[in-house]
Amino acid sequence: MSTTDTQQTPAAAEPRHGLRLLVIWLILSLAACLPIWFLWYPHMPPGRMSSSARHQQFDIAILAVIAAPVVIGVVLYFVYAIVVWRAKPGDDSDGAPIQGNTAVQATWIIGTSAIVLFLAVFGTVELIGPAGAGAGEGPSPIWTLAGTKTATWTPGGKDILEVQVIAQQWTFSYRYPQFGGMESVDLYLPIDTPVEFHVTSLDVIHSFWAYQLGVKADANPMVDNVAYTTPEQLGSISVRCNELCGIWHAAMYNYGHVVSQTAFQSWASGVQAKEQADGLLAALPPYSLTYDPTVIPQLGSNLVKVVGVTGAAGYYYPSNYPVQP
Amino acid sequence: MAIEVQPERAEPTGRGPEPAGTGRPWWLRPGVHTGLIGAVIGYLLGHFLGNFLAGGYSRSALSDANDVAIVLGYALAVVGWLAGLGVFNDLFGLMLGRPLPEEPRLYGAEDPGLAKYFRYTLDHKVVGIQYLFGMVTYFLTGGLFAMAIRAELLSPSYHLIGPEQYLMVVGEHGTMMMMMMSSVILGPFGQYFGPLLIGSKRVAFPRLEALGFWLTPAAYVILLSALMFGGFPTGWTGYEPLATQATSGMDAYFFAFGLMGISMILAGFNMIVTIINYRAPGMRWGRLPVFVWSMFMVSFLQVLAVPVLVGACYMGLTDRTFQTAFFTNQLGGSSYLYEDLFWFFGHPEVYILALPGFGVIAEIVAVFCRKPLFGYKIMVAGMFGVTILSWFVWQHHLFDSGINPDMRPLFMLTTELISIPTGFIFLVGMGTFWKAKIRFSIPMLFALAFYFNFLIGGISGVFLSDVPADTTEHGSFFVMAHFHYTIMGGLIFAFFGGIYYWLPKMTGIKLNETLGKIHFWTMFIFFNSTFLPLFALGMMGMPRRVFEYARNLETLNDWVSISAFLLGVSMLIFLINFVMSMLFWREREVGNPWRARSLEWQLSTPPPPENFKRVPVILSSPYDYGIKDAPPVADLNPPLGVIGGAYSGAGARAAGVEA
Repeated sequence: MSTTDTQQTPAAAEPRHGLRLLVIWLILSLAACLPIWFLWYPHMPPGRMSSSARHQQFDIAILAVIAAPVVIGVVLYFVYAIVVWRAKPGDDSDGAPIQGNTAVQATWIIGTSAIVLFLAVFGTVELIGPAGAGAGEGPSPIWTLAGTKTATWTPGGKDILEVQVIAQQWTFSYRYPQFGGMESVDLYLPIDTPVEFHVTSLDVIHSFWAYQLGVKADANPMVDNVAYTTPEQLGSISVRCNELCGIWHAAMYNYGHVVSQTAFQSWASGVQAKEQADGLLAALPPYSLTYDPTVIPQLGSNLVKVVGVTGAAGYYYPSNYPVQP
Repeated sequence: MAIEVQPERAEPTGRGPEPAGTGRPWWLRPGVHTGLIGAVIGYLLGHFLGNFLAGGYSRSALSDANDVAIVLGYALAVVGWLAGLGVFNDLFGLMLGRPLPEEPRLYGAEDPGLAKYFRYTLDHKVVGIQYLFGMVTYFLTGGLFAMAIRAELLSPSYHLIGPEQYLMVVGEHGTMMMMMMSSVILGPFGQYFGPLLIGSKRVAFPRLEALGFWLTPAAYVILLSALMFGGFPTGWTGYEPLATQATSGMDAYFFAFGLMGISMILAGFNMIVTIINYRAPGMRWGRLPVFVWSMFMVSFLQVLAVPVLVGACYMGLTDRTFQTAFFTNQLGGSSYLYEDLFWFFGHPEVYILALPGFGVIAEIVAVFCRKPLFGYKIMVAGMFGVTILSWFVWQHHLFDSGINPDMRPLFMLTTELISIPTGFIFLVGMGTFWKAKIRFSIPMLFALAFYFNFLIGGISGVFLSDVPADTTEHGSFFVMAHFHYTIMGGLIFAFFGGIYYWLPKMTGIKLNETLGKIHFWTMFIFFNSTFLPLFALGMMGMPRRVFEYARNLETLNDWVSISAFLLGVSMLIFLINFVMSMLFWREREVGNPWRARSLEWQLSTPPPPENFKRVPVILSSPYDYGIKDAPPVADLNPPLGVIGGAYSGAGARAAGVEA
């Protein structure tokens, strides 16, 4: 470069920072997004065991593919900036007095708004499509699974299986109203069957989280919280309580299985018959969508309800109670 | 009281006003010691009153615990604490007809020595330093509880502490942090530098401001007193009806949270009025430093959102004491009511935590890039958008709770939308770095770490806002990682950046540079190594607040726990730096070491008691770096008559003052 050139066009020596950043960003984003989609997506949580889990896995993969270029872009920019624009030692001067740039600002606003609006629409579609995405919808669910609700469940048809999840301090139990209201501590479910969970609590707020099924529904006392899913693979399920419910919250978990439809039917009928024979079914309160543990019909009016339901200052757990329940 | 429109007359003559109570020894003047005596007497009175009122209830007799006595004890203890501190002295003086001192905010402010920090001193700079020490104490206390949590989580099955103790520790850690850190920047830096940055000699309500501070040690002690009652089993969210079932430690939680809420409301109210009314002439809204904007918006959030929390805490207390049934489903109440009230406060609360961080970082970045802030208006619009939208998103904490699902798409949309104004903060930061001259001082290092951490925290928030993805992530360690990245990675890093940036100004003493760099790097590395794996842990099915977890997650948990202990060590390094620099090494700092343009750096270090000898006239924006012949930010010695002239159009006539 001749001396006249450097005097007249000093800006030509300034590298094209924006272009450099764009190119590096594109390469890094591709290098991240392709492995995310093709290698990581099939193994992402929560897996594919049920329809809700499968849809959630898809959502998380899409979110990751969108988030990765954003994270890469911002981190790359800052790393580039602190490398290229650091003050040389002994340089005390100020930087360029750039107050703003309308084009950059407008591009940013439009770009971020577009991503965000896409995600909102995408999220809504993914929420409604898989019948509420496994989240608890309360007593009047809007997004339901197609199927027929019958008094008894039979395999092979389009019958919805109703499972009531009763949460209490500190265990889950499951009642199957279509099998006489029998109660089990193991959650067995048939494959390829629409399942309608009715989650309720007997005392404080718990939360039914069946991880592999992608179902999470809070259990509130006197509230019936409905969630839907369709198991699509055989396997075991772990259920944990997801809302802090007292000292043994961490120990409030049990397990379940997704089995074939005939295996499920024989299990459920077998449990029903056994509980009938043992007299357990008769002793259980009649199946209802919510239960009030202070109302015990067998005691009738003998139940002393006047002291009230709440455990304030120690009805259930007085302060001198031992820690072990 | 009228705004001071005659600053010439307000200029102190000679030595300044006589400090109150000259001649009386320190132990006869009201202070922390008399406050403690008042607190003890108040607690005993309240407890006695409570036993008298409710001792005969069958509930108290059966359980051997009288919640009414405990709550009344706390209430009268706080009244006694404040009375002992001398908070009510001026009020009673007025009621008895004694005239108020002319310059209450300077009373005791000129006293040499440390005694003024242990009294109800009305100078906002003294309150700022009190807040600083208080906040560091509360933060380190909460951090100790976190170390205990991570120690327990080293093993999925072996227990160092029992389940009740574990929940005690979890609840104390969470509540200490969320409750006390709401004022971690507004307290030390907002109260100290707010008036300085707007060119004011005072805050609007110095008594309310000092009261806001002195409520925080009371809230701290009351929260810790829960440990004596077996703690509270609900975590920092205090969900009903578990909160009604819980034993007496729960009263401490509700009371302390409500008390801290009152402190936040007072501080916010004072800040709003100060910023609106006490700006110096020339300090237009368009020249207001971004930090002051953030304080302004945070104060609106505090004044409007925190009363909802105070209401929820109050109702929780009445459910526990007088057996109302606000939150008891079987008796016609609703557990959802508590969740809605709490999160209606809770979501603005997290923006109360995040916004001041944005403000501090923007100030630091402008100074150490030596460039104007890129898009000042966009920055303000971003903070404003966050403030407004934070009212419309709270149901995203309740996506799985069983509330009606019809609003879920709406709240998903609003939660996604809030990431747009949050993104403006990044736009402004990134734009300021473009063609800058970056100096890597310690505050700048914390600012860079802030951007990195908040990026991860913010993006994980987008994952959580998607309702289907939230079904797996809600209530799991994914959420924990998200909020630790935004609150600790954002706010606390900004807090430390602010300390390294502003402590030389506040105290006139430099913090040691080497220890500061060690602190930064250890904190940054171990913070990320602690919280990044938590995203994976949550996705793999580990819920929050558990002491038992799936066996296959043990290795990851051990990595996290050891990183957490090392993070604790980094805090220790900071503490050593802080204590040694302030007490022993005491390297003096004078003038403007960062060569910053903003107004607080144009004053002496530390600033004079009355802030400005004369109210300055603001001439330009504090961000005009790199502009040839830019005027200085303010004229600190305006000629006589300029101030009057400036005010003549602004209402001096209305106040009856001649120009």
